[in-house]
This record gives sequence, structure tokens and C-alpha cells, in this order.
Amino acid sequence: MNHAISETNSAAKKKNRFSYGIVLIAVGLFIYLAFGLNTEAGLDAVFGLNLAGSNAALIPDLTVPALPVVYLMTLVAVFVGAYQMARGSRSTGWLVGVIAVTFIVAFLMWAAQGKSFNLTGMLSSSLVRATPIALAALCGVISERSAVINIGLEGIMLIAAQVAVLVATITKSLYLGLFAALFVGGLVAAAHAYLVIRYKVDQIVSGVAVNIFGAGMTAFVSSRFMQSSGAALNNSGTFPIISIPLLSKIPILGPVFFENNLIIYLTIILVVVMHVVLYRTPWGLRTRAVGEHPKAADTLGINVYFTRYVNVIAGGVIAGLGGAYFTLGSVGRFDEAMTAGKGFIGLAAMIFGNWNPVGAYMSSLIFGFADSLQVKLQILRIPIPSEFLLMAPYIVTMIILTGVVGRAIPPAADGQPYEK
Amino acid sequence: MTHVLELRGITKRFPGVLANDNISITLREGKILALLGENGAGKSTLMNVLYGLYQPDEGQILVRGKEVQIHGPNDAIAQGIGMVHQHFMLVPVMTVTENVMLGVEPTKHGVFLDQEKVAKRIREISDEYGLEVDPDAYVGDLPVGIQQRVEIIKVLYRHADILILDEPTAVLTPQEVEGLFKIIHTLINAGKSIIFITHKLKEVLAVADDISVLRLGKMVGSADPKQATTESLAALMVGREVALTVEKEAAKAGEAVLVVKDLFVRDEREHLTVQGVSFEVRESETLGIAGVQGNGQTELVYALTGLLQAEAGEIHLTGESIKQATPRRILERGVAHIPEDRQRHGLILSFPIYDNMMLCTYYKEPFAKGVSLQQKAIFENAERLTEQYDVRTPNIYVHAGTLSGGNQQKVIVAREFSRPIKLLIASQPTRGLDVGSIEYIHSQIVKKRDEGAGVLLVSSELDEILALSDRIAVMYKGQIMAILDAKDATKEQLGLLMAGIHPTAEIRN
Repeated sequence: MNHAISETNSAAKKKNRFSYGIVLIAVGLFIYLAFGLNTEAGLDAVFGLNLAGSNAALIPDLTVPALPVVYLMTLVAVFVGAYQMARGSRSTGWLVGVIAVTFIVAFLMWAAQGKSFNLTGMLSSSLVRATPIALAALCGVISERSAVINIGLEGIMLIAAQVAVLVATITKSLYLGLFAALFVGGLVAAAHAYLVIRYKVDQIVSGVAVNIFGAGMTAFVSSRFMQSSGAALNNSGTFPIISIPLLSKIPILGPVFFENNLIIYLTIILVVVMHVVLYRTPWGLRTRAVGEHPKAADTLGINVYFTRYVNVIAGGVIAGLGGAYFTLGSVGRFDEAMTAGKGFIGLAAMIFGNWNPVGAYMSSLIFGFADSLQVKLQILRIPIPSEFLLMAPYIVTMIILTGVVGRAIPPAADGQPYEK
Repeated sequence: MTHVLELRGITKRFPGVLANDNISITLREGKILALLGENGAGKSTLMNVLYGLYQPDEGQILVRGKEVQIHGPNDAIAQGIGMVHQHFMLVPVMTVTENVMLGVEPTKHGVFLDQEKVAKRIREISDEYGLEVDPDAYVGDLPVGIQQRVEIIKVLYRHADILILDEPTAVLTPQEVEGLFKIIHTLINAGKSIIFITHKLKEVLAVADDISVLRLGKMVGSADPKQATTESLAALMVGREVALTVEKEAAKAGEAVLVVKDLFVRDEREHLTVQGVSFEVRESETLGIAGVQGNGQTELVYALTGLLQAEAGEIHLTGESIKQATPRRILERGVAHIPEDRQRHGLILSFPIYDNMMLCTYYKEPFAKGVSLQQKAIFENAERLTEQYDVRTPNIYVHAGTLSGGNQQKVIVAREFSRPIKLLIASQPTRGLDVGSIEYIHSQIVKKRDEGAGVLLVSSELDEILALSDRIAVMYKGQIMAILDAKDATKEQLGLLMAGIHPTAEIRN
């Protein structure tokens, strides 16, 4: 009897193991067919490792023969797949990692054959492009950990972006602009919190309302006042790049991590601080308890409503920082709908990162990578229409949401109003 | 003698309901006060007043002779009052340590959580009171009995010396109840005083020093456990004489209605929880399936009612195989099902009673004609059934979710029994119900048996199994240990079988 059970159980495992092996081999074959057959023999791919204008120490570029590397990636994928089918029982994450790395490396070889491709530049811009996504994701993490869904963070970021540029232009102070953005972000979030906590309005409905309000309001202010005034209201300038002494001299790492502007540094600091607060302090413990089982927290004398207000408003301040990034941290002017769905991508990053700050940041980097790859590939003029390349970050969002959401576990009380 | 706690004249009104009407109770130091009452008698309201979750409209609370104001759980905790809730107030995804310290977290450097300190204190409490638990375990991974220990530790960690245990045995297996009683005695020996809320009479007589009985929001009397009997307590609690034993005649078993052969069922997590079960249920006969919860009974019932596809084996209902059949097909063949989880599988809580009363046959005459529902027939049916089955409800238009547990169960019984049935599958039919409702449901089950239906009764309450069954099958780890004649079965014998041990008794099959 017991024998029969263990047999059927191992059969299920075997099936799983088999299907991963097949996927890996299929990826290997695809790499060969799509890139291997289309890469000319003898061409080198040059990967630039220095960034123009950076004060990092110079190192030679990386020159690799394109076709052999593509073949190598094919072999790696097929071998790992065969090993997996034969006897492997690796974790899913490890296997997905192999698929991603072999595919991306082979793709870059094909794209950069006979040309030069600035790798450090792409990594640096990945981090930059990940920043607004990460800030949106962090806003989502902090409010959903206390069980309030804030789908309105796209709208909050738009409003904050506009307020930041207006205040900064008028006062001629970037810092005042930044504070105004944080304040407005917190204010709009407070309105959302008031509606959903005090009046138990459906959280999605309230969030959608914030988005519609944000899009409409900023479009109105922009077309009515900012376009016509020219530079008078819509030219704030941007935060300067701050090079960290010594650290910025390190090749590759220096330009990527240590030559950025204030908002990007703040984001990284925020990830660490949020992680510590959430998992190492009483406030974090209470926040998580309120998100998982508010009634339990209530019976222990924790004020559920207060905890939720504070977290949602703090989330709004973070989204405000994300909004300020679009203008003060990036282009120095406001354009209509300039957030371009980054808030929603941030929500996907939050889910992919399993509602935890570090995870959310890491998944934001994946989206940032997809975004910056798309830009670099357009410059390389590869034979894929640019419209398709523009879709890349959104396609990655959809793949991740369909593939991962089933497994991610949200806070148990997420989205539910609390009744005493 | 000191009264560690006294409630004087507590009155609490809710819109339209007088939940507590001038209730006074006293708790003696180092003693166990049992608060007895049916569901809805006002026990929980009274305790929520004491714990600060509700504010009383009138009355005083005295702790050690001094009047205190309790505005919230924090005030209650400060007065040394701790509550173990019926539905555990634990966060499953957190560790035992995190759950215990929540709300009163000690810190290092004033900022960071000091988990080690709490874990150490938990081990001390564990040793002192015999509450063994691993501080680093995740609560969601722990069995219910251990989760309850965590709740008790939580209360002790806050230095409570007055413990309120709200229906602590409702979710426990018989073995876990034994363990809980031991813990209670250790606590009493350590000088704690305990209020024990329950509606189970035997438990009251087993542990209590004093008994106060509530009925419909009023104190109706106290009793001395040395002199009281289960009958006298039941009469006090319900307000009339209650038959605690079921009157039934010997079975006149006929032909087999349900035949199950070598059944294997896999649960949702792919575990093989039913492993080669065979039995038959005959006309006019009750087969009881005893066993500690979680030994495959749930999945067995799911397979018989079509909620789960059996892995292997045969199920025949009056000669026809129903192994592949859908739930509707099985219902139409004359099976009535009183599900284990009445709120999930038995009722649609947000539907009014009249809709719940016709859920099995809504698509047939007289409830439907073509594509339209016949409101008139539906209302008439509901009016008739609420009357006939004594469902206590303001009217048939209220949502099923607003009814008490006993009345919800009566709605299910009314719906299932109002159709012609050949087989009744009743799974934990009286769990969490009050004495009055239990009496009623039991008599209805016996009535169906006498009318000729086969009854499959699944229950983890041995008393219930012994009271109703003609034959008893004991399930353990997905298999049937033995099938006994109810006349010959003893509690001891069944208890051993439930623990997986074969007593050297004659086993009939």
C-alpha cells in the first residue's frame, strides 16, 4: 500500500522534472535556430565597458566571437535540460535563471554581431529606468502590507510629477519641488485612505478614481497653463549627478551604482530602510499583523485604522518621490501622461517581489533592464520593428504576471476593510 | 474569600436585542468558573464587555474588589485579564515568537525587535506550565491543539492572572481536550483564576468549581458541580427538560443502498487520504463512521457526494455506479447531504432563506417553469419548511448568514429532508450546535432512518456515534480499522481503534 503511494508521488515529480527538461532543450534549440543560424561566422561582438563622461577607471572593451558564444549557450541550455530530464531536481528559480541567462546572452550576441554595444551603459540605464517602477512598487508594498490596495499610485505619481516641476520652477529650488511632491503624494494617498478606511469604499474603485483624477487634472493644468507659458512654469532643471568619491572609480560598478542623482540613491536607501522597518521593528511587526489578521491585532490593543492610515500615507509619500523622479530626476519638465503605466508595472513588480521591499526592487530591475535593452536595441538597428521593442517591458510584465502570480501569496487581509 | 473578579449588573443592548440583561457573576481566586449557555445566550457578549471590546450600557466591573473601567483590550490586559478566543487570534504566517510579542514588543536599542528575549520567556512559560511549543515554528504549520497553547502562552506572557477561555474545546479532538484539562489544572495550581465558557455539559462537570448558567441574555441560575447532573444543567440552560439520549428502536435493516468497495481518494494536496475503504449502508440502518478528525472522513464524504473524484475503487448507489457522477446526478438519485462545513458547502450565506431552501431542486417544477423561477412556489415552500422544521427566524427573507448555527443547520436539514431520499450522508451534523438543536437534529436523523433511508453518519463525537448508530466503522489514517455492531461496542474499545490499536475483541464485518 505505502509502496503504491510513494510510486504515484514520485511519478508526479518525474513528470514535473521532465517538463522542465523539455522546456530547457526547447530554449536551446530556439537559440540555435533563431540566433545561431542568423549570426555570421567570424564576426565579433564588442561590448563597451566604459561610460562616456564617467570618472571611473578605464578598462578595455570586451570583444567576443559572436557565433561560438551563441553555440555555447545552445549547448548549455540543452545540456542542463538533458541533465534535468535524466536526474535533476533543481529549484524552479534556478532553472528559470538558466533559461533567462542563456537566452539573453545569445540574443545580445546576435544583436551586437559586428557592432559595438555599451554594456555598462545599458546596466546603468537599467538602474535608472527601474527607479520609478521601484518607487511605485515600494508604495504598493508598504500599503498592501497593512492590507490597503493602492491602485491609484499611477495617478499619485502623475500629480506629484507635475507639482514638483511647478513648485521647483516657480521657487527655483529643486528641493522645495521635491518636498512639494512628497507632500502632495501623501495628501492624495491620505484621501484614498480616508475613503477606504473610514467609509469602506471599495479600494479598487477609489484607486481608479485617483488615477482618473490624476490623469485629468494634470492634463488640464498642463494644457491650460504650462504649455502656453513656455519655460516660465515648466522648466525646473534636474538634480545633478553625485559621484561618490572612490567608489565611483570602480570600473562597471562605479558608473552603474555610484554616479547617480539624489532620487536614485534615496530609492536604494529606502529599500534597505523599509526592509529593516518591516521585519526588524515593532512597527513593521504590527503592520504585517494588521495586513494578515487585523482582528488578532485589534484584540492585542493595536489600532488597526491608525496603522493603516500611517502606512498608506507613507506609501503616498514614496509614490510622490517616484513622481518627482519623472520630472526633477529625469527631464526637468512635465509632459502629459509621462508616467506611461510605470505605476502599474510597479504593482506587477510588487507582486513578483512577493510583497517584500528587496524582492520588489529586484523585480523592478528586471523591468528596468527590459526597458533599457529596448532602447539600446533601437540604436543598434536590429531587424526587429521598434514598435515591438517598445512593447518589451509590458510583455515582460504580462509574462511575469501570468507565470508567477499563481504562486505569490499576498497578505491575507489584502483589500478587505476592517469591521470591528 | 477573595473575589478576584466580579461583574455587577452588566447590561448590554444592541439595536433590537438585549444581549446581556443585568448579569452578575463572581470569580473566586484560584477557581474555575464555568459560564454555561446555548449559542446566543450572551456568553460571548459578556466576555467581550469584560475584555473591553464592547462597552456595557450599565453595570460595574470589579477586579480584586476595586471598580475598574475597561475601554479596550489594553485596559483589560493591564488589569491582568487575558482572553483565549474561540477563533484563534493568531497570524498563521508568523512564528510563535512573533505572535506572542505582537503589541508588547521588547526592543534592542529602542528600535529593533528583541526576538531572543521573547523566545527565552516563551521557553520559561512552556516549562512552568507544561505548554510545550517551539518558539520558532510558524503558527500555520501547527496543529489546532498546539495553536491553542500559543494563545494561552500569549495571555500568560502578558502576566494575566484571570484567564477567559472562550469555547476552548470546540475545535479540539478528544485527546487534545484531555491535554487542555491538564493545562488548566496546572494553571490553577499556579494561582490563576479561569472563566471557562462552554455549552458542553460533561466538560463543565469535569472541570468547574462554580457554574453560572445564562439563557437569552439573563442569568438563570448557578449550580454546584458536585450536585448537578448533565440533565439538570441542560434543563437550566434550555429552559425545559431535554432528552440527552436518543430514543430509537432496533434497526430493521433491509437491502444495501450504498456499497463502497476498495475506495481510494486523493485530497486537494494530492495526498492519498482514503486508502482502500469498503463498507455498505443498508435501508433503515445507520452506519456511524467514528474517528479523530482528519483521518480521511472528509475526503470519503466528498467522494461519495461527487465533490471529489475517487482515485480508484467502486461506489454503488442502489446498484448504479456513481463514481463518475456529478453532485447533481447523485442528488437526483436520492442522496441527501448534510455537509461538514455548513457555511461553505451547505448554504449560500448571502442568499435569503427562501433561496437556500430550494438549492437542490431550483431547476425543477414547481420552483422553475422553463427559464423563469416561480417566486410564489419558492416562498410557499420556504414558509412551510421553516414552520415544519422549527427554524427560528424573523421571516424567510433574511440572509441565511444572519441565523445562528443551529438554525442554519435546520435550514439545511429542512431542504435535504423535504425531498424523497434513499440515503442520508450526515457529516458532523451537530458540531458547534447547542443542546436544543442537537436534540432536534438527532431526532430528525432517527426519523429518516425509520422511514427507510440508509444513513451514513460521520462524526468525531463518540457520544453522537454511539447514540445514533446501528453499526460503527472506525476510520484511522484513511482505512477502516473495524466495523462493530453498536450493541456490542464500548467507548474504550472505540477509543483504542480511533488511535489505531486493535483491541482483542471480536470484529464483525
